[in-house]
Amino acid sequence: MSSHAHAAHAMPHAPTGFISKYIFSTDHKVIGIQYYLLALTAVMVGIVLSLLMRFHLVWPGAHLPFVVGGIMTPEQYASLVTMHGTIMVFFVLTTAPQGGFGNYFLPIQIGAADMAFPRLNMLSFWVTFLAFVCIVAAFFVPGGAPLSGWTGYAPLSALNGVTGPGEGWGQTMWIFSIALFCLGALLGALNFIATTIDLRAPGMTLFRMPLTCWGWFVTAILGLLAFGVLLAGGILLLLDRSAGTSFFIPAGVVVNDQVQNHSGGSPLLWQHLFWFFGHPEVYIAILPGMGVASHVLSTFSRKPVFGYRAMAMAICAIGFLGFMVWGHHMFVSGMSPYSGFAFSVLTMSIGVPSAIKTFNWLGTVWGGKIQLHTPMLFALGFVSLFVSGGLSGLFLAQPAVDNLLHGTYYVVAHFHLVMGVAAIFGIFAATYFWFPKMFGRMMSEPLGKLHFWITFAGAYCIFMPMHFIGIAGGIRRYADYTAVTYLPPLQPLHKFITIAAFITGAAQLVFLWNFFWSLKFGEKASINPWNATTLEWTTASPPPLDNFAGNYPSVYRGPYEFSVPGAKEDFILQNLAPEAVARAK
Amino acid sequence: MPTTVTHDVELIDAGKGPGGSSSGGNGNGQPGGGGSGSSGPAAVPQRTYVTGMTVGLGGILMFFMALVSAFIVRKGVGNDWYAIEMPRVLWLNTLILVASSFTLAHARKRFLAHEDAAFRHWWSVTTILGVFFLAGQIIAWRQLAAAGVFLATNPSSSFFYVFTAAHGLHLLGGVLGLMLVAFRPTRRLTRSTATEIAAMYWHFMDGLWVFLFLVLLLGR
Repeated sequence: MSSHAHAAHAMPHAPTGFISKYIFSTDHKVIGIQYYLLALTAVMVGIVLSLLMRFHLVWPGAHLPFVVGGIMTPEQYASLVTMHGTIMVFFVLTTAPQGGFGNYFLPIQIGAADMAFPRLNMLSFWVTFLAFVCIVAAFFVPGGAPLSGWTGYAPLSALNGVTGPGEGWGQTMWIFSIALFCLGALLGALNFIATTIDLRAPGMTLFRMPLTCWGWFVTAILGLLAFGVLLAGGILLLLDRSAGTSFFIPAGVVVNDQVQNHSGGSPLLWQHLFWFFGHPEVYIAILPGMGVASHVLSTFSRKPVFGYRAMAMAICAIGFLGFMVWGHHMFVSGMSPYSGFAFSVLTMSIGVPSAIKTFNWLGTVWGGKIQLHTPMLFALGFVSLFVSGGLSGLFLAQPAVDNLLHGTYYVVAHFHLVMGVAAIFGIFAATYFWFPKMFGRMMSEPLGKLHFWITFAGAYCIFMPMHFIGIAGGIRRYADYTAVTYLPPLQPLHKFITIAAFITGAAQLVFLWNFFWSLKFGEKASINPWNATTLEWTTASPPPLDNFAGNYPSVYRGPYEFSVPGAKEDFILQNLAPEAVARAK
Repeated sequence: MPTTVTHDVELIDAGKGPGGSSSGGNGNGQPGGGGSGSSGPAAVPQRTYVTGMTVGLGGILMFFMALVSAFIVRKGVGNDWYAIEMPRVLWLNTLILVASSFTLAHARKRFLAHEDAAFRHWWSVTTILGVFFLAGQIIAWRQLAAAGVFLATNPSSSFFYVFTAAHGLHLLGGVLGLMLVAFRPTRRLTRSTATEIAAMYWHFMDGLWVFLFLVLLLGR
């Protein structure tokens, strides 16, 4: 923390010490990078876990590194499933797009000096960091990591210690981690919303905000309304485990021939609380990516976003509907067919705003002067993956079809494509697009394109065959298929997926190399290397402490004025006054 | 004009430096403006704190609504629910908390009328009423415990303890907030904003308690 003595002479109160500048910083740009690096660390852990699982599925008898005892037990496999899901959903897909890029670019894109509450912002990050420490610690506590999946279904998760090796300490650490993450996410959401409402530059009306800001804003609203519910559920779960209550544990549960001393609780209550959060969480992961895709597609097509208002309203509609469809995760829970029907219709209605977005993306690219830079490739990849993954959602939205497919790899394929890989492509598009602004240097284009093509092809090679495995009855979460009579014919497909996964995983080393090499040796970036239009491209790369070095912008136009007829150049910055445009003509 | 668009950008930005700063009063923060704290380069407009509190209360409301819906569902599905005897001190506590909202509103009025001594008086009365409420809740817990009703005794008692503890912690935060406003000069917030958002929080916690109490009373 800097003191008043510093503030007296340092120009805009720049903190001088290493710790106040890079560790306990209140600067939203530093915090954004901290979130990004946290997500980068988490994603490497998550990828290693998934590769261990893929390897085990194909060579179940092999000795593996990182596995206690060498050969993986089914319990260890279940714990990898749990930790992979938890780390990826919370600490990668929620952390990088919103905490990372949202923190860094929301204030700059709306012309503010910082977030509304900088110290709260710092607190959000450190609470989230602590949550990550907790979840990683779950590997090392007695019994190891929990087995109950990223959804923590009761009663498996609600009975302390007796239901499996990771269900003692490991599950408790998981709950602590999630509770901390909820707190950090709530504080962050509060900050994002207040910043967007109150700190927009003069002239920056809501409908002049870049679509990225719409994505972050609506995501923050979803986070605000959803994370509190998960926190409440988590507290009740913790009490069931440690205080002997029976919120989620029914009477007469027998574990290892022991009748558990609980009565009357409802495992479905946990599912409702979890998925009321869990479904909006899916949109928390993907909405910022949608914003980034729109932003990048427009920039590199040199065309305005097609149907800007419809795009903004579609983000709102997806966010709104996202709160009414959680039941589609519970079609197989014995839900009444009437509820199932309602959830089914509401779920399919999300296809409408999703289609608006997809067709408007195509409309944005259509007839544009397309520049296939790496961020553009990833944005196009985002659209492709979102469509491929989204279409299978329409099948799963039918309760009758879902009954058949719910426990299979079809669902794994669906959600990985539509929220996992698509969101990751959004993160990559954002990284390649904004790296020059964040670090003042360009990333390597050839390496970026290599990274894109392997990852793009790899993602389809991994997840497309999973649809077939699912339709053929390949059950998800099982550690070993070799003893199930009808499944060995699918083993060659599994082998193909595993090989594709290892190649795709290796391609991420190209990204890491590109990222860290470019930090030091990349070509120097100008203020506006992509000839883009929004406010972050009016300030230095990287921006000064207060983002605009005292010259706070006023905004005169919408965010995507590309190829305006009669203009001298094919882009007009948002802060360019009308007189200046007239003069330039 | 032979200049390019990008060249104009620099011209305009340079030209409107002071203009941009002066317009900061109604929209953006002024760079390095006022006596703001050491870590933020720009002052945030006061209404942002009101926005932040409103948004924060929305998040808190969702948290409690989740607990209340769990209460309703759990009561509906279980066959093990029996009503607990509500300690009668809860009525007194409720009365105290509702009264504290009136004393707080009075304190705000005295503040806006620039009657500092009266403001401090009524603000302190509110804080003390808040402490009384918390003490009363603890008394209620002790009475229940003395009657053999604990957290795990029955789902109805589980929810009673969870509701009162979660609300009590939030109200404890409110008491600390009131004390902070009374004793510590605020750096970023004006005193008017500080008292305003403290009052928002307090009235919300008051209303929330009345709601939770009704749920516990009618739903037990």
